[in-house]
Amino acid sequence: MRYLPLTPGDRQSMMQRVGVAGIDELFADIPADKLLRAPLDLPRAKSELEVSRMLGALAGKNVAASAVPFFVGAGAYKHHVPASVDHLIQRSEFLTSYTPYQPEIAQGTLQCLFEFQTQAACLTAMEVANASMYDGSTGTAEAVLMAHRITRRSKAVLSGGLHPHYADVVRTVSHMARDEVVSLPPDARASEDIIARIDNDTSCVVVQNPDFFGNLRDLAAIADACHAHGALLIAVFTEAVSLGLVTPPGDMGADIVAGEGQSIGNALSFGGPYVGLFATRRKYVRQMPGRLCGQTVDSEGRRGFVLTLSTREQHIRREKATSNICTNSGLCALAFTIHMTLLGEAGLKRLARVNHANAVKLADMLARVANVEVLNDSFFNEFTIRVKGDAAGVIEKLAAGGVLGGVPVSRLLPGAGLDDLIVVANTEVNTDEDREAFVSALQGVR
Amino acid sequence: MLNNQGRPTAPSEAPRRARKTFTSNRALQIEEALIFEIGDACVTGVDIDEPAPFQPRLGAHERTSAIGLPGLSEPETMRHYVRLSQKNYAIDSGPYPLGSCTMKHNPRLNEQMARLPGFGDVHPLQPQSTVQGALELIDRLAHYLMTLTGTHAVAMSPKAGAHGEMCGMMAIRAALEARGESRTRNVVLVPDSAHGTNPATAALIGFDVRAVPARDDGTLSLEAVKAALAPDVAAIMITNPNTCGLFERDVVAIAEAVRAAGAYFYCDGANFNAIVGKTRPGDLGVDAMHINLHKTFSTPHGGGGPGAGPVVLSERLAPFAPVPFVRRSGGAFSLVEHARGGQAFGRVTAFHGQMGMFVRALSYMLSHGSDGMRQASEDAVLNANYVRVCLSDAMSPAFGERACMHEALFDDEWLKGTGLTTLDFAKAMIDEGYHPMTVYFPLIVHGAMLIEPTESESRASLDLFIMALRDLALAAKRGDTERFTGAPRFAPRGRLDETRAARDPVLRWTPKKPVDEPKTVE
Repeated sequence: MRYLPLTPGDRQSMMQRVGVAGIDELFADIPADKLLRAPLDLPRAKSELEVSRMLGALAGKNVAASAVPFFVGAGAYKHHVPASVDHLIQRSEFLTSYTPYQPEIAQGTLQCLFEFQTQAACLTAMEVANASMYDGSTGTAEAVLMAHRITRRSKAVLSGGLHPHYADVVRTVSHMARDEVVSLPPDARASEDIIARIDNDTSCVVVQNPDFFGNLRDLAAIADACHAHGALLIAVFTEAVSLGLVTPPGDMGADIVAGEGQSIGNALSFGGPYVGLFATRRKYVRQMPGRLCGQTVDSEGRRGFVLTLSTREQHIRREKATSNICTNSGLCALAFTIHMTLLGEAGLKRLARVNHANAVKLADMLARVANVEVLNDSFFNEFTIRVKGDAAGVIEKLAAGGVLGGVPVSRLLPGAGLDDLIVVANTEVNTDEDREAFVSALQGVR
Repeated sequence: MLNNQGRPTAPSEAPRRARKTFTSNRALQIEEALIFEIGDACVTGVDIDEPAPFQPRLGAHERTSAIGLPGLSEPETMRHYVRLSQKNYAIDSGPYPLGSCTMKHNPRLNEQMARLPGFGDVHPLQPQSTVQGALELIDRLAHYLMTLTGTHAVAMSPKAGAHGEMCGMMAIRAALEARGESRTRNVVLVPDSAHGTNPATAALIGFDVRAVPARDDGTLSLEAVKAALAPDVAAIMITNPNTCGLFERDVVAIAEAVRAAGAYFYCDGANFNAIVGKTRPGDLGVDAMHINLHKTFSTPHGGGGPGAGPVVLSERLAPFAPVPFVRRSGGAFSLVEHARGGQAFGRVTAFHGQMGMFVRALSYMLSHGSDGMRQASEDAVLNANYVRVCLSDAMSPAFGERACMHEALFDDEWLKGTGLTTLDFAKAMIDEGYHPMTVYFPLIVHGAMLIEPTESESRASLDLFIMALRDLALAAKRGDTERFTGAPRFAPRGRLDETRAARDPVLRWTPKKPVDEPKTVE
């Protein structure tokens, strides 16, 4: 077995040194009737060539995003990631190191985290950000719990524009924690009156921008209303590139920001691993979940970085911790940081403008298709269209014709009466030919 | 400054000053500034054409303030991050004997497989007809996990071990709700030797945590568990093998007692690497156990993640598994994404879980096969015992002559009278070119040093490691304290001031003085 360096001779002499006659003597604490005497009923070891053939065959049954005109978004986005990003994150020193518990020999990881935290804070226009969460959805649930700790209230109000999976995760966690959640109905046209739902028992209001249907939302008035009632505004985003062009949550009074960072540096990868961005105001930092990297000095007075404020964390505080999170999304955060460094402010803004310009083009083209209506007044790189009949069926027919044309809303919100809606994303990877293929395929659906 | 486990939190003295160079670099020891100090907001390392003029549809929501993000050209970016990488220790560059972390070799085949376009470049919400291979892979990995653990179901979507714990405990809560007992049973028993995530998880979802005293070796006695099993107990959370590196020898009787008392048995699977193919947790009476794919099945740790924490479930918890899950019918696979009508307790994450980690883990499993996985566990246990025996006269094993599973635990008894602490010893190991073992954990052993060599270390590597530690231990005992108190001297940094970091936290870079709008190229 190519991954196991011990030879049969090593094993023999080491067992001798340890003082056992057979390996099972070392497993003597396992009850004899529970000890397996032979390998389980699974295939035996395979060569690298055999494994790559098997997995290659499975991979070959899937349609890759880059192989077709591709307009699928709704929380995960196809962007071009520069080749150098993947090369750098595969360096052994990043890929195969552990959480930086020994900071003297982990300054590489730690400095990258410090850069990540600063970038995340800048991007969201917030004061501080942590070293990442698993993804946007779990970060949102953690934000709700954090708001409960700060306000000592337990009722969250969720906008109907929040990604349905995010809302499901919040509802699941809140139900288990025996907290209350008020969920507004799905809101494709951003017309809900969420301010009317805020009262003096409300801990937080959760609003996504751009929302699940692609609409841009003004959070400032909601923030004011929250603060007037002693509640917090949690701003959520699923498309980090939007922050290059759209008013950031920090400029609109958000108290906690939870977002998905996959768009920058990370592959689609069928839904994970992704990277949650999590930012807040400085005054709430000790209520924050997750790891934090901080600047300090070493014994010679040189600048260095360490994991800090760990008294919030599970390995110190145990049942009184702010969260149970331990492993986070370190390498995905690194990919984000490297891609963001390559982009810089100028590159990010231009990337965002290209995304928006492409989406505007597509929206105009689709609006001219018979029986297709674009619902959004405003959007970034994603919007919602209404088609005639069953949107899921339309998407299946488009897929059969080699176009992945978006996400039918009914897939995430079955039974919500929105069966004729499709969420359509358009990024810098889409060409004019892609858009034309989409339009003509849609015209051909009957 | 000492914390309450006797762990120094600030450097005790300034070691000798090395001669300064003009650049502060010294040969391959390099200094690297932050991107905020070397980059510029108008520089970019990505060529993107400005779009043709168009009418924006942003409403009144255009960002007008500066963002503050510096950019670097591609060569500068490469150099910056390569230089930073060189300040890291990694399993590829040396042994990484962190107990309870399972730092084993990360095969590069797995990386290559995860990056196949058919896995890496597929979207979670594509039509299911276009991702049949991805669903088949998840189904096959689930089959492996259930077979290796002897269980009936597996929730694949949790993102990491602690997330899996949460998922498993939620399934338990849901099962209690279905029995109408969720209000009356609200206590979770956690031994005091447990990982911190266990009590944190239980508390996070509203359970009250009640500690169960462990024996001196961290294992639980049937009597202690029985004494704690009251009608208000919902579950017990046990790590097996436990955090002291020992197998819970009364586990079957404990599981039976827990079940008889109407409670559930959650097993923390962080130490599964010791027993893969040797025993099945389901056979031992476990109701739920998360599996850290980034430990046992070698998906890389990446400096702290991402991981993946699927949770296997017993027959009585299986109906409550969260969405989504893959269903097979004939040769076709479908994804059940909504709980309609079923008993699924909800959803713990957007989409379907850590696909990138699933591919790597299955690649590991296919490569090893059932024979190789069993052999890997045996080697991991043999390596740990070899280290334990070869160091037992130089250091103090926490449990005398007793054999361990895949990690060998020492206490700081042998450092008595030397004036040195476990942390001093760990930092001195850095100067010897090793990553230290896990220190001060488990909490129940004073000055704990937990060594997990894994199966990836060769005999020669273990012998060198043992000799280096023996040499250090002898130095400690003969009073050669200089090797310890100033350590590490040869690392990129000396000991870092954690007290200062926490007292006045600096969590982001800020410009030295207020700046105006950054230069732009527009």
